[in-house]
Amino acid sequence: MPALLDGQTLPLIFAALMGIAILAYVILDGYDLGVGMLMALADRQERDRMVATIGPFWDANETWLVLGIGLLLVAFPTAHGMVLQALYLPVALMLLGLTLRGVAFEFRVKAQEQYQRWWDWAFVGGSALSALTQGYMLGLYIMGFQEGWLTHAFAIGAAAGLAAAYGFMGATWLVGKTDGDLQARAVRWTRLTLVATAIGMVAVSLATPLVSPRIFERWFSFPNMIGLMPIPLMTAALFVALWVFLRRMPRLDHSLDFVPFMGAMSLFVLGFLGLAYSFYPYIVPEKLTIWQAASSPESLVIILMGALVVLPFIACYTAFSYYVFRGKATELRYD
Amino acid sequence: MDPILLARIQFGANISFHILFPTITIALGWVLLLFKVMFNRTGEDKWMNAYRFWVKVFALSFALGVVSGITMSFQFGTNWPGFMERVGNIAGPLLAYEVLTAFFLEATFLGIMLFGFRKVPNWVHTLATFLVAFGTTMSAFWILVLNSWMHTPAGHEMRDGVAFAIDWVAIIFNPSLPYRLAHMLLASGLTCGFLIAGLSAWRWLKHDRGPDVMIALRTGITIGALLIPVQIIVGDMHGLNTLKHQPAKVAAMEANWETRGNVPLVLFAIPNERERRNALEIAIPNGASLILKHDPAGIVPGLNEFVRADGTRLHPPVAPVFYAFRIMVGIGMLMLLLSWASGWRLWRRGDITAPLAWLLVGMTFSGWVATLAGWYVTEIGRQPWLVTGVLTTAEAASKVPAGMIASTLAMYLAIYVALIAAYISVLFHLAGKGLKGVAGPAGLGVSKGGAPVHPRGATARNG
Repeated sequence: MPALLDGQTLPLIFAALMGIAILAYVILDGYDLGVGMLMALADRQERDRMVATIGPFWDANETWLVLGIGLLLVAFPTAHGMVLQALYLPVALMLLGLTLRGVAFEFRVKAQEQYQRWWDWAFVGGSALSALTQGYMLGLYIMGFQEGWLTHAFAIGAAAGLAAAYGFMGATWLVGKTDGDLQARAVRWTRLTLVATAIGMVAVSLATPLVSPRIFERWFSFPNMIGLMPIPLMTAALFVALWVFLRRMPRLDHSLDFVPFMGAMSLFVLGFLGLAYSFYPYIVPEKLTIWQAASSPESLVIILMGALVVLPFIACYTAFSYYVFRGKATELRYD
Repeated sequence: MDPILLARIQFGANISFHILFPTITIALGWVLLLFKVMFNRTGEDKWMNAYRFWVKVFALSFALGVVSGITMSFQFGTNWPGFMERVGNIAGPLLAYEVLTAFFLEATFLGIMLFGFRKVPNWVHTLATFLVAFGTTMSAFWILVLNSWMHTPAGHEMRDGVAFAIDWVAIIFNPSLPYRLAHMLLASGLTCGFLIAGLSAWRWLKHDRGPDVMIALRTGITIGALLIPVQIIVGDMHGLNTLKHQPAKVAAMEANWETRGNVPLVLFAIPNERERRNALEIAIPNGASLILKHDPAGIVPGLNEFVRADGTRLHPPVAPVFYAFRIMVGIGMLMLLLSWASGWRLWRRGDITAPLAWLLVGMTFSGWVATLAGWYVTEIGRQPWLVTGVLTTAEAASKVPAGMIASTLAMYLAIYVALIAAYISVLFHLAGKGLKGVAGPAGLGVSKGGAPVHPRGATARNG
C-alpha cells in the first residue's frame, strides 16, 4: 500500500470527507428545512410556491445526511456507536421530524382535501423538529456529552441557534427562487433570521471556549490567535455586508437575487471551519481521536477508491439538476 | 422486557416498514420506463396517461422509502453497535457503495423524472426515468449483497474477533446472493404487478375504463402471470441453497425435529418447542424429502441436530419461521391462481369480470404480506446468529436501557401504523379521483393541465 494511504493519512482523509458531507448536508437540507419552518408564516398558495422551490432538490439534499452518517459508521465505527448511543433520544425525535416532513411533501397535495391542511402542519412541525433536534445534538456534542444541567441548557440554546440559522438559509433561498410579494416577505424573514443567526453564532462562539479549557487554549494561545483572527473577522464582515445588502432588497433587477444565499452559505462554511478547528483531532470530544476510532486501512482504501470515482459524477449530475430547475421556481407539475 | 428482544422488535418494525416501499419502487421504476418507452414509440396518449398516474404512486412510495431508509441508517448504530465493530470492515464498504452508486443517482434524477417533463428534452426525461429505475435496482443489489453475506459469509478472515476482507469478489458473490437477489427482485415485480392490477381493477369497478386504465390493468396482470411461475422455481432453488448453507433454518421452515429419511411435508401443525414435537399435524408422506432431496427416502436434517449438549439452541425459534413460510407460499399459490385466471379471461374475452376485479382489489397488497412473510422466514431463520457462525445477535446489541427502547418503539409503531393507513387510503383516493379527471389544487404533484384526452367521462356514463 502506498505510504499516502497508510493508517496515518487515511483516517484524516475520511474525517475530511465526512466533514464535507456533513457541511453539504447542513447547507442543503438547511435551506429546505428552513423553507419548511417558514411555511408557518405563509398562506396555502404561498406554501405551494415555497414547496415548489425545494421539491426537486430535497431528496438529494437529505442523501448527504445518509452519506455523512454512513461515513461515520464505516470509517469510524467505534465513534459511531458512542455518539449514537449518547444521542439515542434526540436522534429518534429527529428521525420522527424528518419522516413527517418527507412524507408531507407528497401527502399535502395527494391526500383527501380535508386532510391536506394537517399535512401542511406536519411539514412545518417536522421541519422544526428536525432543525431543533439537530441543534440540540450539536450542543451536546460541543459539550462532550457531559452530564448536568449546564450541558442541556447549552444544547437548548444551540437548538434555537441552529433552527434560526436554518430559517435564515431558507429565507435567503426563497429570496433567490421567488419574486413579487413572496420575495418581499422572504426579504423581511431574511433580515429577522439574520439577526437571530448572528446572536446564535456569537453565543456559541463565546460559550464553547468557556466550557472547554482545551478549546480555549486552541483559540487564545498567542501565535494561534493571530492566524485565526480572519475567521471571526470575516464572519462579522459578512454579517454586516449582508445586512446592508438586504436593506436594498427586493430589487427590480433580479440578477443579484442569489447574493444573500451565497452569503449565508459562506457563513455556514466559516462557522463549520471554526468548529472543525476547535475539535480536531477529536471525533468524540475529549474521548476519541480520529485515529483511535478509524476502521482497518484495507476497507478504507476500498471505500476511498469508490468515492473518488463516484463523487465527481455526483457533483456533475447534482449541478445538472440545479441547472434544469434554475431561476425562479414555477409550479411543480408532473406533465 | 429483554432489551435485546426490544431492540430486535424495533429494528424489525422499522425494516419491515421500510421494505414495503422499495419493494414497490424497484419494479415500478421499470414499469414506468416501459410506459414511457411505449409512449415514445407509439405516441399513444394512453401510455403517457398511465405514466402520469403511476408516477404519482411512485413519488409517494419513494418518499416513504427515503424517510424510513434514513431511519434505518441510524438504527444500525443505535441498535447494533457491535455489528459495525465486528464486521464493519465488510459491511462498511458495501453500505458506502450503496449510498455512492445508488442513493444519489435515484434521488437526483427523481426530481427531473417527476417535475422535469417540460424542462428537459423528451429523451433526457426518458433517461432520467431509466436512471431512477437503475438506481433503485443497484440499491437493492448492494443491500442484498450485505444481507446475503450475513447469511452465508465468505471471503473474509477473523483476526481477534474482527472480520477482515480478503477477497471482495467472494464477499460480493457469496453463495446465497444470486438466489436471494433473484427472489427479491421477483418479489418486487409481483408486489408491483398486483398493486397495479388491484388499483386498476378498483378503477374498472368504478366504471373508469379508459384506455390508460385498461393498459395498466393488462400490464399488472401480465407481470403477475409471467413472474409467479418463475418465482416458484427460483424460490425452490433458494430453499435448496438454504438447505446447503443454513440447514437449521430449513428444519424450522418444515418443523422437522429429527434428522431422518422419508420426512413428510407438513402442511399444517402447531410446533411445540418445549416438548419438541408438532401438534395437529397434517402432512404428505415423504413430501419434504422429495422436495428437498428429490428422493422419497432422502435424509433431511432435523432441529434436534442443532442443540448443544448443554441444551443451548443453535436453531431459530420454530413457530414464527414455520408459519411465515406457509403464509408466503399460500399467497404465492393465490397469486398463481388469480393472475392466470384473470390473464386467461383477458386473453380470451379482452376484459375481466366483476368477481375477478374484486379479487384483484382484495389482492392489491398481497405482495407486501408475502414479502414480509418471506423476510421473516429468512431473518428469524438466521437466529441466533446475526452473521451466521461469526456474530450472534446478542453480541451486537447496544447498552441502551430497555425503557428508552420501549418508548421510542411505541413512537415508531404509532407513526408507522398512521403512515401505512394514510398511504393506502391516499392510493385509493388517487385511483378514485382518476374517474372524474379532476385535478387537485395547484401545486406539487398534481397534473392540473392533464385533462383526459379520451372521452373517459362518456365511457363512465355508458358503462
